[in-house]
Amino acid sequence: MCGIVGLLLKKPELYSQLGELMVPMLIGMHDRGPDSAGMAVFGQPLPEGQRKISLYSGLTEAGAGYDWVALVDALNAELKVKAHIQTKGNHAIFTFEGPADPVKAFIKAFEDKLHILSTGRRIDLYKDIGTPAQVAERYDFSKLVGSHLVGHTRMATESAVTPDRAHPFTAGEDFCLVHNGSLSNPNGVRRMLEPRGIKFETDNDTEAACRFLEWRLREGDDLHTALQKAFEALDGFYTFLMGTSTELALIRDPFACKPAVVAETDDYVAIASEFRSLAHLPGIEHATVFEPAPEEMYVWKI
Amino acid sequence: MENLTFDLSRQSVRELNQHLHGSPESLAGQHVEVLHPDGAHNIAVGINAPVSVTIKGHAGYYAAGMNKFADVTIEGSASTGVAENMMSGKVHVKGFASNGAGASAHGGLLVIDGDAGLRCGISLKGGDIVVGGSVGSFSGFMAQAGRMVICGNAGDALGDSLYEAVIYVKGEIKSLGADAQLEPLTEADTTALADLLAKAGLAHAPTDFKRVASARSLYHWNADADQDY
Amino acid sequence: MSNSTEHPIHFKRLQREESASFDRSTLDYIHRASSTGLYEIRGLGAKRKLPHFDDLVFLTASLSRYPLEGYREKCSTRTVLGTRFAKKPVVLDTPITIAGMSFGALSANVKEALGKAATAMGTTTTTGDGGMTSEERQSSKTLVYQCLPSRYGFNPDDVRRADAIEIVLGQGAKPGGGGMLLGQKVNPRVAQMRTLPQGVDQRSASRHPDWTGPDDLTIKIQELRELTDWEKPIYVKVGATRVYNDVKLAVHAGADVVVVDGMQGGTAATQTCFIEHAGIPTLAAVRQAVAALQDLDMIGKVQLIVSGGIRSGADVAKALALGADAVAIGQGVLMALGCNRDSYQQGGQTHSAEADYTALGTQAGYCHHCHTGKCPVGVTTQDAILEQRLEPDNGAKHVKNYLKTLTMELTTLARACGKQDVHHLEPEDLVALTVEAAAMAKVPLAGTQWIPGHNLG
Repeated sequence: MCGIVGLLLKKPELYSQLGELMVPMLIGMHDRGPDSAGMAVFGQPLPEGQRKISLYSGLTEAGAGYDWVALVDALNAELKVKAHIQTKGNHAIFTFEGPADPVKAFIKAFEDKLHILSTGRRIDLYKDIGTPAQVAERYDFSKLVGSHLVGHTRMATESAVTPDRAHPFTAGEDFCLVHNGSLSNPNGVRRMLEPRGIKFETDNDTEAACRFLEWRLREGDDLHTALQKAFEALDGFYTFLMGTSTELALIRDPFACKPAVVAETDDYVAIASEFRSLAHLPGIEHATVFEPAPEEMYVWKI
Repeated sequence: MENLTFDLSRQSVRELNQHLHGSPESLAGQHVEVLHPDGAHNIAVGINAPVSVTIKGHAGYYAAGMNKFADVTIEGSASTGVAENMMSGKVHVKGFASNGAGASAHGGLLVIDGDAGLRCGISLKGGDIVVGGSVGSFSGFMAQAGRMVICGNAGDALGDSLYEAVIYVKGEIKSLGADAQLEPLTEADTTALADLLAKAGLAHAPTDFKRVASARSLYHWNADADQDY
Repeated sequence: MSNSTEHPIHFKRLQREESASFDRSTLDYIHRASSTGLYEIRGLGAKRKLPHFDDLVFLTASLSRYPLEGYREKCSTRTVLGTRFAKKPVVLDTPITIAGMSFGALSANVKEALGKAATAMGTTTTTGDGGMTSEERQSSKTLVYQCLPSRYGFNPDDVRRADAIEIVLGQGAKPGGGGMLLGQKVNPRVAQMRTLPQGVDQRSASRHPDWTGPDDLTIKIQELRELTDWEKPIYVKVGATRVYNDVKLAVHAGADVVVVDGMQGGTAATQTCFIEHAGIPTLAAVRQAVAALQDLDMIGKVQLIVSGGIRSGADVAKALALGADAVAIGQGVLMALGCNRDSYQQGGQTHSAEADYTALGTQAGYCHHCHTGKCPVGVTTQDAILEQRLEPDNGAKHVKNYLKTLTMELTTLARACGKQDVHHLEPEDLVALTVEAAAMAKVPLAGTQWIPGHNLG
């Protein structure tokens, strides 16, 4: 039960303003989700062959004092992946060469309480407990740069309030999803996916949706087909907003119980649970504002 | 006529509503303008006086909820539950309305110039709703009394489990809900339609509408009806 | 005589051996279903035996603790509900309130009787699905007004006339389902109040028409606060299922008071499959609700009302000891009015009701026919003749006596535990007689330190 926000900028010259435009959107969703907040930002792609992962150290003993440098040194000594890092308290982005799996395996073995937030060539992901304003401040969200983003504020329903259960959830590379609503069959979906080798990190219902979609995408479905299969497999109430390396996508369940509103101008597409989060956007008074229909797929490309 | 302005970028919804809950005598004939609503919730709920209110922008949830006597205009769109449980008066949304518009309204008139979302007029109890555009699925669900006029199209399961409310639709109906049926338009219907359309300021020919009302087959438990109860 | 007719007696018993899976009640169920093609609808609550307050006993004082003198020393029952946000909290003289029951399910006389009794006892009564009657508003000093999914009869004037608002999400007898009122009870007045055609079999919605989930509920609560200018406490009532999460979310959404109704809670008409197979016992629900409030540091800030099968002062004392701030009673109150009694009092005379029970195919002590509207003692009826069998003043006297007895029993037990205030009862004052009750109530099995599952999460 939550607030969701999404923003896709249509003009590259606006990319530097992405964070600044988004922060009031996220804060506007405070009441819908005061427990935790998160943000996935898609920026310029890394050169071919490079990848990055976002990491969270808040669950380790050292927390924000985690020795990231020791980790990156050990990683480079062992795997020779030319990793380098950018850190921000609890959070770090590792950029490296080659495939992600060995690096992730190494990190997990090195410190299993480090939480891997995202993997890809464009995606950076931040999430933590706290109000939207606190989390935005903690990670300098206003300075984020990129083409599109997916954000979330959470009011926990069934699973606990912890940073790893905050949204967005990611699966695979450059894919993330946020959810407003409550699935009624997450455990069945999970039991269907686990024998296929898909591992879950939390008991959160949204993770089940996220891993289902990523599984379909990995099996070769395009986003439309994967979403169609999601309509059949997932039960309950949901508005999902997803980010891929070049798209934002939105779907609502057939009952459309959870709200969503979209505003589009020549400069941007902005999506939020409520208009409150869109009210401050430049040119909003002339934007096309509409409510996405239930069981429709909306896909916006950068 | 006295004019008063509340700017929600500087003043709270609480201050606005507290003012609108003043004595009906002092509020009668007053006009209140609400600036910068910016999607704030619960604007102008629980008015109990013949005051007129104009909301200059988009309203959040439950705008003009439980309205009595007042005439409220929303110049932008309205979020979930606009004019929910309205008793009397008029609420006019110039943009679109989200889900549950006019839910459970006992009286008064709700006019939506644009489209309305799902469950428009759910549990309607006597109010009138005129939608210039289309309505989403499950509209008129369990509507008990009152009238709905839909100038555009209707989504799935229109009028499901309808009681005595009547729904008029000009455009396409994607599907009717259980126990809703199309009925011939009577003269009383076209008179009512003409009146409602005039009140809403919409120019449509009453005879272009279809009438949807209850088949009343779910009024009593009936195992042979083969219905899911 | 040949031996073949001389079977030993146990051979005959074997011929009549009952199946545990297909026992008599299961056979009756299948035969009924196959005849009607419709589920059974009935009144009252779960009939099956469940772990309950009876499975707990108090460790009253002797040498390690000192009891209060039962008849003289002060033991406060004062209870305040709605201290979190409301400008005008509800103040009660006893923590025993009357649960929400509709005019429609009950007659107007009954609603009036409940209001009078509650007023005399310094407690609250509660409206139900179908709105507020003038009788109950006038007779109740402090009245809780329910906002239900159906919104039958719900209107802003009555919201303003109420002393507290209770947003009902569900009921212990049917969590996740809507109410029902069969056609025979939808008389002209009931129909008018609910804006329904007379005589329809009324099925209420299971979900509110204009909100879904805790994020929306936050806004709905704000709407009701705005409408009442932040004066009145807002209660949120849930049927006991996923209690820990639901209570947490109700608190998140801004409730002043949370009401948790366990599966023994009653109903005037609901599918039997719901009554017997959905929800958790009240005993388990209390502790989960308290755990949620504790985890949110909301003990003493958000009050907890527990209901569902509370019958006696001992039940009340146990509910309070487990962490409830107050209880709500529905069925017990109806029984005080005469439900399932073999006679009724009308015009100063006692009359037998047995013929009317027989006509319903039942007898006093077994009746669950609230749904028929043919209540032999005039409690759950809208019939013009039957409803006269419950006279408001007489009914009020019985309910007052009942609530008074319960309150005295509550203070008796509290004093014996050495408490000057019934709200000082605590879980450590209790032990369990069964393993099930020990696990659900999280108190040790009597004579041991053992709480099954304790520290196992």
